[in-house]
Amino acid sequence: MDYILPVLVFATIGAVAGILLTVVSKIFEVKTDERLEMLQETLPNINCGACGYSGCGDYAQAVLGGEDCNLCKPGGENVVKKLSSIMDVEEKKSEIVKAFVKCGGDCNVTAKKYVYKGIQSCRASNQFYSGSKVCTNGCLGFGDCVNVCPEGAICIDNEIAVINPIKCVGCGLCVKTCPNNLIVIRPEHQNVEVVCSSTDIGKVTRAICRNGCIGCKMCERKCPVNAIKVENNFAIIDYSKCTNCGECVEACKFGVIKKSSI
Amino acid sequence: MIKNLIIIMITAVLVDNVVLSQFKGICPFLGVSKKIKNSLGMGLAVIFVMVCATLVTYPVYKFLLIPLEVDYLKTIAFILVIALFVQIVEIILKKMIPPLYKALGIYLPLITTNCAVLGVTISNIDHQYTLVQSLVNAFGTGLAFTLALLLFSGVRSKIEYADIPETFKGVPATLIAAAIVSLSFMGFSGLFA
Repeated sequence: MDYILPVLVFATIGAVAGILLTVVSKIFEVKTDERLEMLQETLPNINCGACGYSGCGDYAQAVLGGEDCNLCKPGGENVVKKLSSIMDVEEKKSEIVKAFVKCGGDCNVTAKKYVYKGIQSCRASNQFYSGSKVCTNGCLGFGDCVNVCPEGAICIDNEIAVINPIKCVGCGLCVKTCPNNLIVIRPEHQNVEVVCSSTDIGKVTRAICRNGCIGCKMCERKCPVNAIKVENNFAIIDYSKCTNCGECVEACKFGVIKKSSI
Repeated sequence: MIKNLIIIMITAVLVDNVVLSQFKGICPFLGVSKKIKNSLGMGLAVIFVMVCATLVTYPVYKFLLIPLEVDYLKTIAFILVIALFVQIVEIILKKMIPPLYKALGIYLPLITTNCAVLGVTISNIDHQYTLVQSLVNAFGTGLAFTLALLLFSGVRSKIEYADIPETFKGVPATLIAAAIVSLSFMGFSGLFA
């Protein structure tokens, strides 16, 4: 009896508490918009944050509050279509973007300062004299971006990160991860890329990497729309102006500017 | 009577400060004291929950646990009752006063099984306080928690900009600062011999 009574008491308290909670939650139920759940199911739920919100749930809430439906990059057209139909608004075209790595310094063209045997991550190796490669601006090659990519679109090839443009959804997680800020997002149809970001002067760059941009400004002169500029000793394309004509690709003697295959 | 209540109050706030002398509620003390605004919100929520928890647990103890002679299970019973109560308050607030719900939002569930809240209800029983005394003690303890949190968040915001050795930055500096704040409260001990 001594043991049964407490058990009974607590079972009763628990049951009463449960019933009370259920009743109260029914009485004071706050109606949430049923569209919210539909929106959340439509979104890819990889919480990449490319839309500018902290996660898919947050973005769903924002869409409900009148935010544009075309901000989800990994979702692509399909999601935009579904979101628009749920919210009953006109579909806006979303621009498809891809990421690319602004470095071509693989192990065949650039040398190493020392052998790095520490933690195998870009961030860690970057602490030691800006990485083991001779170029201090280039890809460190330990694949921090590979680990963060939700789509498995990045691989390390010849000690340099390579992004598969077919798999890439343009979420931009790798952009934030790269300690040297080498990854850039560009519109899908504008596939001209400058594959170097070395801030060293031309002579130094040439000496340490055969694929480096020396800042000769040939591309700048050839560009018909002034979309390409040499700043800090390397060329940068302004994709809001670029017409994808390819003049700069031909102008570059060192093959630093490339037209990506897709 | 009044004098007794005042003594209980001052004891709770200064002499026997719940965080700095009794080691209760250290988790929110360290966790929510980064910004003064957050610590104020947390403090107010704790005052509210402590007073209400006392109001709920006192009758449960007096009229349920004692008659059934299971008062040795008060800890479990109180956890259950406080959790239930906080849940109900949260649901009601969400419906009736959304702004307050948003302001307290994350703090309410945090408090549900906080040891400081449980501690105050149990110390009320241990001191054999009456209902009024219990309520005053609970309010005082809540106030003590808020005071500790506010003082400490002030100290922490100073630490943010202080030039301290690299190895001390972050948690070590925070814990050392907590120790010093606690040390200062030891000055109140023995106020009521």
